[in-house]
Amino acid sequence: MPKTLFEKIWDRHVIKTIDGGPSVLYIDKHLIHEVTSPQAFKGLEKRGIEVFRPKQIVATADHNVPTIDQHLPIKEELSRIQVQALVDNTKKHHIDLYGLGHPYQGIVHVIGPELGITQPGMTIVCGDSHTSTHGAFGAIAFGIGTSEVEMVMATQCLLQSKPKLMRINVEGTLNKGVISKDIILYIIAHISASGATGYFVEYAGSAIRSLSMEGRMTICNMSIEMGARGGMIAPDQTTFDYMKGREFAPKGAEWDKKLAEWKQLYSDENATFDKEITIDAANIEPMITYGTNPGMGVSVAGNIPSTADPKSLDYMGLTAGAAIKGKKVDYVFIGSCTNSRIEDLRLVASFVKGKKKAAGVEVWVVPGSKQVEQQAIKEGIDKVFEAAGFNLRQPGCSACLGMNEDKIPAGKYCISTSNRNFEGRQGPNARTLLASPLTAAVAAITGEVADIREFI
Amino acid sequence: MSKSIDKITSTAVPVHLENVDTDQIIPARFLKATTRDGFGDNLFRDWRYNSDGTPKKDFVLNNPIYSGKILVAGKNFGCGSSREHAAWAIKDAGFDVVVSSFFADIFSNNALNNFLLPVTVSEEFLQKLFTAIEKDPKTIIAVDLAAQTITLGGRSETFGINNYKKTCLLNGYDDIDYLLSIRSDIEEFERSH
Repeated sequence: MPKTLFEKIWDRHVIKTIDGGPSVLYIDKHLIHEVTSPQAFKGLEKRGIEVFRPKQIVATADHNVPTIDQHLPIKEELSRIQVQALVDNTKKHHIDLYGLGHPYQGIVHVIGPELGITQPGMTIVCGDSHTSTHGAFGAIAFGIGTSEVEMVMATQCLLQSKPKLMRINVEGTLNKGVISKDIILYIIAHISASGATGYFVEYAGSAIRSLSMEGRMTICNMSIEMGARGGMIAPDQTTFDYMKGREFAPKGAEWDKKLAEWKQLYSDENATFDKEITIDAANIEPMITYGTNPGMGVSVAGNIPSTADPKSLDYMGLTAGAAIKGKKVDYVFIGSCTNSRIEDLRLVASFVKGKKKAAGVEVWVVPGSKQVEQQAIKEGIDKVFEAAGFNLRQPGCSACLGMNEDKIPAGKYCISTSNRNFEGRQGPNARTLLASPLTAAVAAITGEVADIREFI
Repeated sequence: MSKSIDKITSTAVPVHLENVDTDQIIPARFLKATTRDGFGDNLFRDWRYNSDGTPKKDFVLNNPIYSGKILVAGKNFGCGSSREHAAWAIKDAGFDVVVSSFFADIFSNNALNNFLLPVTVSEEFLQKLFTAIEKDPKTIIAVDLAAQTITLGGRSETFGINNYKKTCLLNGYDDIDYLLSIRSDIEEFERSH
C-alpha cells in the first residue's frame, strides 16, 4: 500500500496503539532549552525517577539570554536563575548542554540542523512550537508542552494521535525578489492562521524543491502559524549535501547506510492525503503582515483588506483599504528561528553593502547561533552591517518574543523577520510587521515598507 | 492542581474573541519562573492591566458580574506558542473548563495534561453560550465528562474526547504513569530500532 512520507516515519516509531486512544510514539531526539524544561526536571524529581535516555537530549540556552555582553553574568535575576537551572539540571542528569559561551550555543532550531543533530527519518520534539523547522530534513518534528517534555525525559516516548495529512504543492518559478519567507506568508494568508489545525503538512512541488535547506527550514518553521502540528519536506540531494560532514552527521560506512535509508523517504506516487492544495509560484509576491496574526498578510504592493479585523487594525494603528507600502517603520529586527541563518545574513548584507540605514530607524541583527555569528565575521558581513549602522548582536531568540530586554517600545513599528505578530509579542503594545529578510533590509535603508522589486 | 475531573456545574466567564493566542494568555516576559505556580495573576496580563498595573475596566476578568470555573472563548483558542504556562495560568486562575468551537492542538494537549478540560462545541452552540452569559451572567452551565455533554438551560450538546484521555481525567491518571508502566515494551522496541 502506498504511504506518505509522514506515514513511513510514523509507522517506524509507533511502539503500540491504545484501543480507541493515542499511539505510543518513540522519540529519537529531544531538544530542550531554559524556559520550558525546569518544571519538567522538577516533575521527574518529584516522581523520584531519572532521565531515561540522556544521550538523546541536547540542551541550549536561547529564549531568555541577553544578546549583548554574553560573557558577563546575566543582569536580570529571574533570567539568570532560569539559565542557571538549565546548567544545573543538565549537569545533574548528564545531558549535553551548549550553553552561553559555548561555540555551539544558539537558537535551538538553528543549532540542531547546523550540527547535524537533525536527520531525515527521525522523530524530534522540543518544548517550543517552532520545532516544526526540523521537518525540512524529512523528519517528524513538532512542539510539545512541558508535561510532554517530562514524559519524553522519563520514557523517550509520547502519547500521540495520528494527525490528518495535508500536502501543499508550490509549483513553478519564483518571481524576482520573492524568497521562501514570502511563500510561507502567502500560504498562511490564503489558508488562515487556523487553516491547517489538526493536520501535519508536507510541502512539495518544484518551487519547494528549488529551495536551499535554509529556505526550506523557514517554510517548515512557520507551519504552526496556520495551526499545523508540523511541516515536512522529503529529503533530496540538497538535504544530503547540506548534511554531509556536519559534526553529528553519520560518517563513513554509517553515512552510506543512512543515505540509502534516507533515499526511501518520500511520499509514494499514489499515497493519499486528507487534503491537498496547489499554489502557482508565479502568483506569490513579496509579502508583509498588517494585523495581529500571521494569516493577516498581503503583498507589499497591495492594500490592507477592507474586511480586515477592526480590533487588529486598531492595535496596529492602520487603516482598512490603505496601501501598506510607504508605512514608516521605527525598528528592523533580523533574527529568530525563522530567518537568522547565515544565508539570511548573507542576503541582507548583499543588499545593504555600501548603503546606510535610514535616520531614526534602529536595526538589530541577531544571528541564530555562535556558528552563524562566527561565519558572518569570517565573511566580513559584520563590517557591512557596521558601516550601514546596523547593530549586530549575539545569538538568541531576542526580540522575536521579547522575553529578554530586547523589546520594541509601545506603539513603535517593527518590521521583523520573525514568525509572530501577535499583540505584545515583541513587547507590550509593540506593532509587528512580518516580512522576509530582503523586505526587512530594504525597510532598514528606506525607513519604510518598500517593494524590494523596485531596488534590485 | 486538582487531579481528576467529572462534573462541573458553574457560571462562566466569556472572552468573546477569536484566535486568542498563548502570548495573550500569558506574555513571554512572565515565563521566567522555574515552578508551575502563580501564573494566574498574569493571565491575560496585557488585556487585563494597564502598563502601570491598574486594571482595565472594560476587560471581562475585571468585571465583577462574571465569575465561575468555566471560560468561554471564540474559535482557535490557544494558538501560537507551545508554552504550557498558558494552561497553568488558566487553571491557576480557578478555571476547570475552557469552551470554544475550535482549539489549537498543542494547547489542547497541554490543557488535558493539567486536568483543564477543553470542550469543543459547535459554532452555533458557542454563540448561544455567549448570548446567554452576556444577557445573564448568573447563567449556569453544566459539563459532564463521563456523559461527554455540555448543557445550557434545556439544550445539550455532546463533545468529543478520546477514551484514553477521558479515563485519565476521570481517574486522575497522567500519561507518564502509563508510559512508565510499559517501559519494558519501550526497551524492547529500542533493541530493534
